[in-house]
This record gives sequence, structure tokens and C-alpha cells, in this order.
Amino acid sequence: MSATNSAHTTLAKVQSPLTDWVDRNKGKLTGGILIMLVVGYVAFLILTPIAALVFGAFEKGFGGILSSLNDPDIFRAFWNTLWISLVVVIIHTIFGTLVAWVFVRHRFPGRDLINGLVDMPFAVSPVVAGYMLLLLFGRNGMLAPVLQSLGIQVAFALPGMVLATLFVTMPFMIRELIPVLEAFDTRQERAAATLGANAWQTFWRVTFPSLRWGMIYGVTLTFARALGEFGAVFVIGGGVQGRTETATLFIFRALDGRQHIAAYSAALVLGLFSLILVLGSDWIRRKGHR
Amino acid sequence: MNSQTTITSTSKKQSTPLPWGQWSIRSIALSYLAVLLIIPLLVILQDGFREGLAEFWRQVTLPIAWHALQLTLWTAAVMTVINTIMGTLTAFVLVRYRFPGKTILNGIIDLPLAIPTLVTGVMLVILFGPQEALGSWLKEQFDFSVIFAPPGIILALLFLTFPFVVRSVQPVLMELDRAQERAAATLGAEGWTIFRRIILPPLTLPVITGALLSFARAIGEFGSIVIVAGNIPFRSLTAAVYVLGEVESENRLGASAVSIVMVAIAFSLLMFADYLRKRSKSSKRETI
Repeated sequence: MSATNSAHTTLAKVQSPLTDWVDRNKGKLTGGILIMLVVGYVAFLILTPIAALVFGAFEKGFGGILSSLNDPDIFRAFWNTLWISLVVVIIHTIFGTLVAWVFVRHRFPGRDLINGLVDMPFAVSPVVAGYMLLLLFGRNGMLAPVLQSLGIQVAFALPGMVLATLFVTMPFMIRELIPVLEAFDTRQERAAATLGANAWQTFWRVTFPSLRWGMIYGVTLTFARALGEFGAVFVIGGGVQGRTETATLFIFRALDGRQHIAAYSAALVLGLFSLILVLGSDWIRRKGHR
Repeated sequence: MNSQTTITSTSKKQSTPLPWGQWSIRSIALSYLAVLLIIPLLVILQDGFREGLAEFWRQVTLPIAWHALQLTLWTAAVMTVINTIMGTLTAFVLVRYRFPGKTILNGIIDLPLAIPTLVTGVMLVILFGPQEALGSWLKEQFDFSVIFAPPGIILALLFLTFPFVVRSVQPVLMELDRAQERAAATLGAEGWTIFRRIILPPLTLPVITGALLSFARAIGEFGSIVIVAGNIPFRSLTAAVYVLGEVESENRLGASAVSIVMVAIAFSLLMFADYLRKRSKSSKRETI
């Protein structure tokens, strides 16, 4: 009985050196498989499409890109995008800081609800965002009589597109600054105040420097999101060629008109632009923290 | 406590207390939020319900609108399942293993946040478009189309929500105490048992939060989907693209009704995610 049993086990051992090896290296093996799975997934999902865009744009060589980008409409479109994004970033830097400040330092009824609402633009469809503004400022909108008597055009013009981008990029600055402000030690402010600094000096000399890194990241995220905004500016701006057309709207029109190289090149330039922005701020942040 | 300290500090600064300064900051901040956020949300509610609840419901259940909402929800759900599994796995590999190129992989995770979603759509069309090599091969060999079909929508959504689960799980996994795992291993537990019984339970909340955020983000996605899926009713028309069509054909009631449904879904998901986050924070405090 015992003899057959031992014979059986030796037989099994001899028969399967592979399973034995697998048994000994189980931890390493699962690790290797998991790493390959994740790297493969990321390569398929993220890197392949990016590579496809680069190859698509370079289909007719570098000259093809240059000649397709040499179009006054493209310049106008990128100019609009940059201009709108800059205005949005400036407004959100000022008011986003105020909002974050109020959320961290003040207690008032409805604070939790409003704090939750700040995240809404993250999930509300850009189309719906643009449509809301159209209901307010459009031709038959609620504010149409007021705007008409004042002679201001918001819908199908740059002001409306700035408003739409403001809505869509709302959470970034506020969400970056709230944790920084929460971590900030208010004793420093009190010390400054005891030393005779006024409110503005205290903010500018004591509070602001510690907000700087959070602000840089907030600006970057806001800027990147504003550069790529499409749905909201499409609905409120209409995408009139040469007037309310932004970079994304140009890409959309070029694809529709089968100007593939122009569309791919503009998409590549826009993608590179926001990529450099995000990598650049990451680099500045790392350098600053060192 | 906090507001008290600010008030005392302001009164120390100058002889006259300055509550009006704090009040003006608060009112500026709140009116900024009201103008940009709350008024637009209220306007759309008012517009969708202006003909009453029955008419609102009729607009939502119109066959094309209903199908668009269903398509949006099920593609988002499929994406969320895949993204939750692969996102958790990616976070696990990034935290637990060392391998060449790990820093690069960690950087690539955030790329979708930097790339405009419309550009994402363009990328997928170049890869899988019916005139492109890969797209036409898939069509001929397997009769499988990605572009102008639900798989394209799911791929686009996977691309742009990839960071959410990873970045929600990663920090929690980093803080996890490994002594418990070693104890379990000493007691004879196998790798998978340890993962399921020791590692997974504290990850549940961040995984669910990340999944909810991806789902909420996917419901409203427009830029990539309009490129990848187009607007074929009953086939590839999602809710966001449907709203655009109704706005353009001036069917205000239909646009507002479907918009309200989307906003309501997004709002309840975000509130739930917020509640979970608060709960995980307070439970952490209890254990500490």
C-alpha cells in the first residue's frame, strides 16, 4: 500500500517537471502574467489610438501637414480656442479661489449641497450645458428681451462660448484648491496679522504662496479641458466658419467635409498642445517641490 | 470654530471688526456659483416640465429617445464593468510590482485626461474606420464593425474614463498594511484567497467610487461619441447626440426632457459617490 503510494508520487513528479516548476514559481508567474495583461491593455486602449493619429496625420508626409494647416480658417479657429481658454482660466483662477476659500473657511446652511453641485459639470453632458445657456440667452431665451434692449449678443458669439466653457471647467480649480486650503495652517495668518499685516497683505504674502502649486495644477487642468471643449461651444456657438469656430469645431467640420489630412493634423496639434501643457505643469510642480 | 478664528483674526488686524469683508467674499463666491451653475440647472428643469409631467414622460418615452437613453446606459454599464476590473488590476500592478517602464506606464494612465475627447474620437476612426485597414479587415473577416456601432462607443468611453478607477484605488492600495497578508500567508492562504479575503475588502469603497465616477462621466459624453458613433437612430444614437439633434430641429420640449433625465442620473450618481467618499473618510478616522 505504502509502496504503491510512493511509486505513484515519484511517477507524478517525474511526469510533470513543468507543473513542478510552475508550483515553485507561482508568485513570479502570476506577477508576470498580470503585468503583461495590464501593459497589453494600456498599449491597446491608449497607445495604439495615439499612434494611429500620428500615422494618419503623416500619411502625406510633413509637407502634407504643413500645407493642410496653412489655412486662415485654422488660424482663426485656434486663435478663438486660445482666447476663450485664457479668459476662462483667468476668471476661474480668481473666482475659483474665492469659492474654495468660502467652502473651507465659512459655515452656512446649504453648504454641503452647493459643494456637491460644484461637481455637476463633470457629469452633465456638454451638449446639455450648451443647451441650458441657449435656453437662457438664445433667440427665444428667457433673457432675450433684456439682451436685445442692451444690444448684447451672447448666443452664437464668443461671450456665450466663454460662458459654456466656464460651466464645463467649473470643478477643476475649486477641487484642486480645497484640499490645499484645508491643509493650510491658519496660525501663520494669525501670526502675520499680529505682526500688523492687513487682510490683503496676509493673503498675498502668507496664504497665496502656499496655494501656488495647487493653483498651477488647477490652471493646467482648466486650460486643457477648455482647449478640448466641443459639445457645449458647438451648441451655443453654432460653429460658424471663420467666426465662432474653435479648433475642435474645425476638426469636426473638416472630418465632415472629408478633408482628412487637415482634420488629423489639427487634432494632432491640439492634442500635442494640451499634452505639453499637462506635462509641463507636472515638470514645474516636481521641480518646485524639490 | 473656523469662522470664529477668522473673525477674531480680522478684529485683531484692525481696530474695527470686518465681518462685511467676509460677507462680501461669501456673497461674491455664491453668486458666481448661482449664475454659472444653479440658474442654468433650474432653467432646464423649468423648461422640461412646463407642459406638465405627462408630456415630459411622453417626450422621454418616444421610441428614438427611449432607445437612445437605453443605448447610453448599457454601453456605459459595459464600459464600467471592464474599466472596474482592468482599473483595479492596473492599480494593483502599479503598486505591488516592480518592472521596467513602470514610471512610464504610471504617466500614461493620465494621458486621457489631457487629450480632448473629440481627438480621441478621431483616433478611433483612423484605427477602426470602415475605409481603414484594420476596420475593413474586421468587417470582412468577422462582420464586426466598431465605428458607427456600440463597440466604438464602449472603446471611446473606456479610453477617457481609464484614469478614474486606477486613481481612486491606487492611493488606498498604497496605504494598505501588508502585515495582514503575511499573516494570512503564514496561516496557509493561497494568493487568490489572500486577494479576495484580505486585499479586496478595504478596496471596495474606492473601487465603487471610481466605477460610479466613470459611469457618471460616460452618460454625458459627446465629443468622442459623435465622431465614433454618428447619429443613426436605433443603432448608434446616444442620449447626448439625440439632445443635439432635437436642439437643432427646435424640438425644445424633447431636448429638455431627455436632458433632465441625463442630469438626474448624473446628479444621483455623484451624490452617491460623494456619500461613499465621506463614509470611507469617517470609517478611516474611527480605525485610527
